[in-house]
Amino acid sequence: MMSSFAAEVVSAPAIFDWVWLIPAIMAGSFMTILFGSKRLKVPAHFIGIPAVIVCLVLALATAFSWISYSSDVSASSGGHSEEEDHSDEEGFGGTAETAAPIVPAFVDAGAPTVSCVGGDDHGDDHSDDEAFGGGEVALGDEFELAVDAGEGGSSSPCPIINDVTWFSNGGDVEDGGSDITVGTLVDGQSVMLLVVVTFISTLVHIYSTDYVNGDRRYTHYFAFLSLFTASMLFMVLSSSTIQLIVGWELVGVCSFALIGHWWEEKPNSDAALKAFLTNRVGDIGLLIGMIILYFAAGKTFDITTINTMAVSGEISQNTLLVAGLCLMAAVMSKSGQFVLHTWLPDAMAGPTPVSALIHAATMVVAGVYLIGRLYAVFFIGFGISGGTLNFMALVGGITCVGAGLLAFVQADIKKVLAYSTVSQLGYMVLALGVGAYTAGMFHLFTHAIFKACLFLGAGSVSHACHHSFDMKADMGGLRKYMPKTFWTFVIASGALAGIPPLAGFWSKDEILVGAGAWPGTDANGVFTIPFIFGMMAAAMTAGYMTRVIWLTFFGEYRGHDTPHESGPRITTPLIILAVGSVFAGFLNMPEPFVERLGLPSGWGLWFEHQVEPVGIGSFPAIGHGKPSFSLAIVATLLGLGAAAIVWSYYKALYAKDRTATEVTNGIMAKNPILKAGHTMLVEKYYLDHLYTGAIAGGTKGALARASYWFNQNVLDKTVDTAGKTAVAVGRFVYKFIDQGAIDGAVNASGTTASSGGQVLRRLQTGRVRQYATLMFGAAAVMAAVFIVAV
Amino acid sequence: MFLNQFLFLSAVLFCIGVYGVLTRKNGVLVLMSIELILNAVNINMVAFGAFNADLGGQVFALFIIAVAAAEVGVGLAIVLLIYRNRRSIDITEADLMKG
Repeated sequence: MMSSFAAEVVSAPAIFDWVWLIPAIMAGSFMTILFGSKRLKVPAHFIGIPAVIVCLVLALATAFSWISYSSDVSASSGGHSEEEDHSDEEGFGGTAETAAPIVPAFVDAGAPTVSCVGGDDHGDDHSDDEAFGGGEVALGDEFELAVDAGEGGSSSPCPIINDVTWFSNGGDVEDGGSDITVGTLVDGQSVMLLVVVTFISTLVHIYSTDYVNGDRRYTHYFAFLSLFTASMLFMVLSSSTIQLIVGWELVGVCSFALIGHWWEEKPNSDAALKAFLTNRVGDIGLLIGMIILYFAAGKTFDITTINTMAVSGEISQNTLLVAGLCLMAAVMSKSGQFVLHTWLPDAMAGPTPVSALIHAATMVVAGVYLIGRLYAVFFIGFGISGGTLNFMALVGGITCVGAGLLAFVQADIKKVLAYSTVSQLGYMVLALGVGAYTAGMFHLFTHAIFKACLFLGAGSVSHACHHSFDMKADMGGLRKYMPKTFWTFVIASGALAGIPPLAGFWSKDEILVGAGAWPGTDANGVFTIPFIFGMMAAAMTAGYMTRVIWLTFFGEYRGHDTPHESGPRITTPLIILAVGSVFAGFLNMPEPFVERLGLPSGWGLWFEHQVEPVGIGSFPAIGHGKPSFSLAIVATLLGLGAAAIVWSYYKALYAKDRTATEVTNGIMAKNPILKAGHTMLVEKYYLDHLYTGAIAGGTKGALARASYWFNQNVLDKTVDTAGKTAVAVGRFVYKFIDQGAIDGAVNASGTTASSGGQVLRRLQTGRVRQYATLMFGAAAVMAAVFIVAV
Repeated sequence: MFLNQFLFLSAVLFCIGVYGVLTRKNGVLVLMSIELILNAVNINMVAFGAFNADLGGQVFALFIIAVAAAEVGVGLAIVLLIYRNRRSIDITEADLMKG
C-alpha cells in the first residue's frame, strides 16, 4: 500500500510484490534439507548454499530497486508538492472517523507530510478493493524540528505493503471487526536488513561447510541454519505486529536449536534453555505491548497504521509510553540489554558460525529492528524529541558500559566477543534512544559485518588450536601461523574499536553526534548521560579488543602442537568481511567529511537517504545532529589511548615473562577495592547468582513446598478419598449385590433345579411298560379332551 | 354304517395292541402288539381314504407300513442285544435307566 500520489508519478517496481519469495525460499530449503537430504543422498549444504545465494541475489535486486525507486519518488515529490490535494481524505482501513488531522503538540504549519495509510495501491492490481478508502491523507503540517534545506518539500516513498487477509477478527470490517493481515512491508530498513541477513547467512553457510564438516548432525545443522535465516527474513519483512511476533518467536526457537546443537554436553543444553527462557521473560512484554498497540490503534496490527497514528497524536503519549516500556522488555531480552543479557554470553555454547549468525545478523538485532520498526511509538512515547534522558537511552548506555567492562575479564575469546556484542547492541539501543535512528541502523549494518568477521575469525583460531576458545591457556603468538586470520581479525577489531577510517568509526561517531551533548551537535535533545556512557564504551571497546589481539596473536604460543592456517572455505568469508569492514563506513559519511575529502556530494549520508524515511506520516520527524570534527578526534584519541594502555600493559608483562597472561600479584590483588571490583566482574555482576540463586532458588523452594503441600493435601487426598470410597463401595457390592443378589439368584436356580429333579426322578423308573402306560393314558386324556372340546 | 364297521374293527385291534404292549413281558410280543396298533391305524387311514375318495389315506398307510418295518427292524435288533447281554428278553428287567 503506498501513496497514490506517489504512484501517479513513479510506480513501484514489481519486485516489491515478490519479496515474500526470499523467506519462502529459505523455508523451502529447510523443509527440503530436513526431509529430503538423506533420501536424495545429497549433502545438506548442496541445498542450503544455493538457496541462500538465490536469496542474497534477490535481496540485492530488491535493494537496487529500492534505491532507484526511492530517489525517483523523492525527486518527483520535491517538484510536485504543491499539487497535493487535501480533499480526498478517507479513513484508515475500517476506522473512518480517525482520519481527521489531529494536530500534535509539536507540529507546526508548513510543508506537507505524505500519509502512508488509507490510500490503496492504485498502481497495482488491488484497485478493485473498495473496502479501504481511495485517497490518502495529506496533513498540511510539518514538524518544527530541523529538516535539511535540501529535503524541503521532498519525501521518501511510503513503505510498500502487500497484504493478504489472514482471518477476520470479530466479523467483517463493517461490523466493527478487524481483518488480521499478513504480508510484506518493503522500506529502507527492511531492505537493509534483507541484504545484511542474506549476506551474512551466505558467508556463514560457506564457512560452516568446513567448520562443522563431519559433524554428527550435519544435516540438522544446515536445516536449522536455513530456518533461522528464513525466520529472520520473515520477521524483517513483516507488515503487521502479529506477524512480527511469529517471526520473533521462530527466531527464538531456531536459536534454541542451534545453541544446543551439541546437546549431549550438559552446559550446551543448559545454555540453550537459558537463552530460550530468558527470552520468554521479554516475550511477555512483547505480547502485552503489541496488544496495547492493537487496541490503541483501533484494532489493527498494521505497523504502518500504528506508526501513523502515533505520529499524528491519535494515540496518547501515555499509551505509547506504556506500550514502549513493555516492548523494551522484549528488546532487552532479545537484544541482550542489561539486565536480561545473561543468556547471550552463554549462547557461545553453540557452534561458532551460529554465534556469528546470531550476533551479526539474525537473533540479537531483532530487538533493535523492533525499535526501528515501531520507531514512532518509541520516539513519541519516550518523548525523545527535546529530552535529556529516557529509559531506552539509559538501558543502552548502561549496557554498553557494563558489558564492555565484563569483556575485560573473560578468558574465552568468544565470551569477549559476546560481551562486545552486548556492548555494541547497547550502543544501537542508545542511538535509537537518543533519536539517532539512522546512526543506530547504520551501526547495526556495520556491526553485522565486522562482528561476523570477528566471530568467524575466532572460529578459525579455535579450529587451529584444537577447538579451544581459551585465550590464556591455548593461544598466543598465532599471527605467525595464521596470517590471513590475523589480518582480518585486526581489521575487524579496528572497525569495532572505531579506528578511522574503518566502518565502526563512522557509525559510532554518528551515534555520539546524535546524543547531542557535545558542543555544536544539535540533535534531538541533550543526552549527556548516554553520551558519557557512549564515550566510555568507545574507549573500553578499543581496550578489550587490544587485549584479545594480544592474548591471541602476540606473545608466545601457549598451546600444544603447531597451529595451522584454516582452509579457503574459512578464510574467504573472513577476507570478504574484512574488506566490508574497511569500506562499509563510507556508505554514510557525514557531509562535512565528504566536503573536506573532496568527494562528490552524493556520497554524503547516502545510507541515510536510502534507509531513513523523510516526510511521510508513518515516521516521526527526527532531528539530526551536526557532525563535529572535534568530537570525532576526541573519541578516536580516547580509543587509541585505551588501546595503548592495554598494549603497554601486556608488552611489559611479556618483557618479564614470555608466557604470562596476567599480573598475578599486582595492584589488582593487593588493593581490596579493586580486587572486589575484579571479582564482581568475574562473577558477571552476580546476575546469574541473582537469577538462578536468589530469584529462581528463592521461589523454587517455596514453590516446591507449596506444590508438595498441594500434592499431599489436595491431589493425594483426592486420590486417597477416591480410592477409599472405591474400596467401600466394592465391599458393599461384593457383600450385598454380588454375594446376595447375583450369587443368590444363581444358587437358587440351581437348588430349585436340583430339588425339582429329585422329585421328578421318581417318574423315571426305567420300566418300559410304565412309560407306555403313561403315554397311552396321556393320549387317552387328550383324546377325551378333543372329543369333549370339539 | 359302512365306515363304522372298519372303525370298530380298528378300535378293537388298537385296544388289543395296547393291552399287549402294557401287559406282555416278552419284548418280541410287545413289538408285535405295536404292529397291531399300527395296523389299526392303517385300517383307519384306508377306511377314511376310501370314504372320502381321497388317495392320501392309502399313501399314508403305505408310509406307516414302511416306517413300521423299519421300527420292527430296530426293535428286534435291540431285543436281540438285550438277549445277548442278559440271556432273557423280559423287558421288565431292563430298567437300568431308572432315575
